[in-house]
This record gives sequence, structure tokens and C-alpha cells, in this order.
Amino acid sequence: MLVWVFAEEIEGAPSSISLEMLTKARELGDDTAAFYLGAGSPAAFAALGAHGASIVYHLDPGDALAAAPAAVAIAELAAEHHPDLILFGLTFTDRDVAGRLSARLDVPVLSNAVDLAAKGDEIHVVNEILGGAELVATTFLGRKPWIAVVRAKSFVAEAGAAVDPDVVDVPMPDVASTAKVLERHTEVSEGPRLEDAAVVVSAGRGMGNADKLEPLIELARILGAAVGSTRAVVDAGWLPYSTQVGQTGTTVRPSVYLAFGLSGAMQHLVGMKDSGTIIAVNKDEEAPIFAIADLGVVGDVHAVLPRLLSALRHRS
Amino acid sequence: MKIVVCAKQIPDPNTPYTLNPETHFIDRPAEQVLDDTDRYGVEVALQIGEKAAGEVVVVSMGPSGGMRGIRQALAMGADRAIVVDDPALRGSGALVTAKVLAAAIRSEEPDLVIAGTESTDGYAGVVPQQLAELLGLPALTYARRVEYGGGTIRIERMTTVGYDIVEAELPVLVTVTSGVAEPRYPSFKGIMAANTKRIDQPLCADLHLSAGQVGIDGSAQKIIEVRDAPERQAGRLVVDEGEAHLEIVSLLEQAKVI
Repeated sequence: MLVWVFAEEIEGAPSSISLEMLTKARELGDDTAAFYLGAGSPAAFAALGAHGASIVYHLDPGDALAAAPAAVAIAELAAEHHPDLILFGLTFTDRDVAGRLSARLDVPVLSNAVDLAAKGDEIHVVNEILGGAELVATTFLGRKPWIAVVRAKSFVAEAGAAVDPDVVDVPMPDVASTAKVLERHTEVSEGPRLEDAAVVVSAGRGMGNADKLEPLIELARILGAAVGSTRAVVDAGWLPYSTQVGQTGTTVRPSVYLAFGLSGAMQHLVGMKDSGTIIAVNKDEEAPIFAIADLGVVGDVHAVLPRLLSALRHRS
Repeated sequence: MKIVVCAKQIPDPNTPYTLNPETHFIDRPAEQVLDDTDRYGVEVALQIGEKAAGEVVVVSMGPSGGMRGIRQALAMGADRAIVVDDPALRGSGALVTAKVLAAAIRSEEPDLVIAGTESTDGYAGVVPQQLAELLGLPALTYARRVEYGGGTIRIERMTTVGYDIVEAELPVLVTVTSGVAEPRYPSFKGIMAANTKRIDQPLCADLHLSAGQVGIDGSAQKIIEVRDAPERQAGRLVVDEGEAHLEIVSLLEQAKVI
């Protein structure tokens, strides 16, 4: 089985999800290639090779909005090389390319994969429903390439035997589009990035309002943690979407996840339930988050947080 | 200017849905609600529609039930709706959904198509991009801010590291994230007006889609099994009486993060 993995360049290197998928692709197929979207560098190609890509198809989109030309380029390459399976991550650009490619090739996409398994000639795509309470395995019927979109942190990225990949530069396809990227902005947040953080401190609607988040942000600072949130908090405008943990936000798997005033809606739980230790504080003892918490504290977040801060300050 | 906004009726998220044990499809209650995500799309459509004196058409696919969710969008101010509800669509995957929406939208010849980034119940998260490809439109995706002026849409597109400013000329498809705008609450007048607004209900045949192109048969995918996930055990539950923070400190020590 020939498996291709889409790899977007993030700050000069392959996205972390692409390396996770390449690791899995080594197990699923007997040959693996990567499609790398970005400026490219010897180090980036070497990282793809180390994770199993024997070929790297490299497209540098420059200042173009990349999804449409990338989908055209992959479709053309696929017609030539016949990959069985193409993997994308559940990230912004990956989803854009996967969706376009699927429509262009008239093949389905199975999304939200948390596991992939080769069963004979079939690929089973596993996803979670009902907040992770049940797993559904779905298979593709019909024409290839099959396309799957994988949730972050479903697999652990591990380098294998170092491969020096063949790098094939793919010319930019001529796509008639009026879309232009005018500016690119990197938002530097204090502390670790949410998806990489060892500790995440998350705010739920029970924090009350945006003005009451300061102790929680201070706790994150003391612990060197990333600040997370729920959809309700983002919808209310208290914190930006980039902090949202869950089905439609970021998937996290930190050593410790602290949840304050957060009830544990299904769509949130799928994004954090695989954390090492889960600590939750909520005034409602029936809150679903308590069913998966290692330590649940039934209490007022605005009473517990200041005491916790003070205890941690006295320790140091 | 004509604006199409894609919207979906979903089971009320406050009452957890169940799967039919035989078909593995969601058992949908007769009365569904407007996906909260879509309120943002409708709001953006209305704001641009107001600015450009345009018509706003809601397009939806799925069991229509009592049209409660669609009426919510109309009550916010959308002018009319097209709802494709055909038993043949049951079991449709993302690409079939996009094809049906594309077929319903194409004849409207919209200048602007707006959608949420993913639905709350299905959340494949690829339907708008498939739709853009099928309609031959550029897609400005994951907008956290949308501006319209002089035939051009400009958005702040969220990226893994921040955001890009991206623009395209009409016609274009835009996907919006929650928080892009503050969705308005329907006024009493809006709610009353919604009851008399036009809702077209084409069937697949009207859209020139055959039974083999839609539903389970057209989706080229098959559910193999549904099984219970390994359960995570609940740990200790303590009621805070002024000392619970010490338990948190102790667990943080055990986890070696302090």
C-alpha cells in the first residue's frame, strides 16, 4: 500500500501532525511519500525522511493562498503515481486541501480519525462520537485514493531508520483565482503553545466573566502552562479561538490538565480526555468533567484559585 | 448582491443524541435547532447583505422536521430558504452533502457563499472546501473577521501560528469561526415574519441527482462497527471546605510539574 502524507510547513519545519501521520503511515503501508507545502529546506526534508518519507513532493506556494493550487498539484501527482491513501491533519490548511482534493477527485474523505488500521485490503478509520464514549470504525468503498483527516496526537511521532528522501520540486499549478494573501501575522503568546504544553489550565463558562480570568492566567504563568478554554468561553469572547480545546478546537494531551468552572461538554472532552492527570474544580457536583477527573473539587473557583495561587507562591 | 448562507439543523446539543443501533446513524428528533455555529454565518451574511442591499438565502440539507432551526435563521433576518430533505439522502457522507448543497446553490448564482467551519453534530470539517471546489470558487476559510467593500471580501484567516490577511473578489466562498461577529437575537417582529417567509424544498430529482449518487450508495464509505471506548475511571471527588487547594498542590507535585 502506498501512503501519502500531507505536510504543511510551520515556522520552517514540517507540522507536528505530519510527523505523527508519517510514523503511522510506515506501519500501514510499504511505501510512504510526503507532500510538503512551504518554502522547504534540507532540514525539513530530512525530518520527513527520518519519519519515513522516501519521496518528498515539494510545492512552494509563495504568497498564494495555497489550498487550491495544492489540491490541483496533488490530484495531478496522484493520477500519475496512484497512492492508495492520502493522510491530512485536522488543521486549517490540511482541511482546506483535503476537502478540495476530495471534490476534485470525486472520492470521499473520512474525517476526525483517531486511529487507522489496515485490515486486508481495507483501511479502517476510527473516530470518536458522543464525547469519546464510543468509537466508530468506517471503511472506504470504491475508488482510490482514499482520503483521511486525522486528529492531532492520535499517534506519537517517532523517527525510524533515516531515509534520505528524493525531493521532487512540483511546479506551481496555474489556478485561476482572485484570492491573495496580503499579510501574514505570527501571534506570540506568552508561555508554551497550547498543543505542546505539558500543563494546560482551562477556563470554562463557570469562571463568570472575562474580568475574572486573571487568577487563572496567573496560575498558568506560575505553572508554565498554556491557557485553554471551551467553546462557550470563546463564543462569549472572553478568550480567543486559539485557546479553544475540543472537537472544533485544539486537541491536547498534557501531563496535567486543570479545568476551572468547566462542566465538560462532550465536544470539549474529546479534545482533552487523554491528558495524564485531570484536575477539575466546579461548583456543580454533577458536572460531567468529574466523571473523568483524577481529582474533582466541588467548590467555588473564585475561592479555590486564590488559595491555590497563594499556596504555590509560598512553595517557591 | 446575492448571498447564500449554509446552515444545518441539528439535535439540541443540550440533549445528547443517540445512534440508531442498526443503521449507526444519528437518531434525529423531529424538532431540531439551528446549529449554533451557523448563527455566526447568518450574522455575517446579514451584515454584508445590509451593506450591499443584498438578498440572503439560507441553504440547508437534512431532515427538515418542523423547520424550527431554519425559522431561527429566517427570524434573524434571512430572506428565504432552500431546504433539501429527501429520504434518499439518509447516510450521505461529507462529499455527497457538498454535492447536494452545490446543486441547490448553483442555480442561485450567488456572489457570496458563507458557511461555518464545521457542524456541531457531524464535524467532518471539509464540506465548505468541497463545496468551493464544486462551485469553482476561491475559499477564504476560518475567518475571525470579515470585511466587504468594492466587490472584494477581505478576512483575517486563522492559521496555526496566528492569522493571515486574505482577500478575494466576488464570487467567493467564506467560512467563519464563532466569534467573527455577535449574532443578533431575533426580534419579535422577525420571529413573526419568519413564519411567512418562503422555504423551497427541492428533492434530489429536482437537483438532477440520482438515488445512486446520494445517501449510503453514493457515499462510498461504510460503517464497520461501533464499540464502547475504554472508559477513563473517575478519581476522587472532594467538597471544598477551605483545604481542597492543598490536594491540588499535592497532585501537581505527584505529577512532577511543580
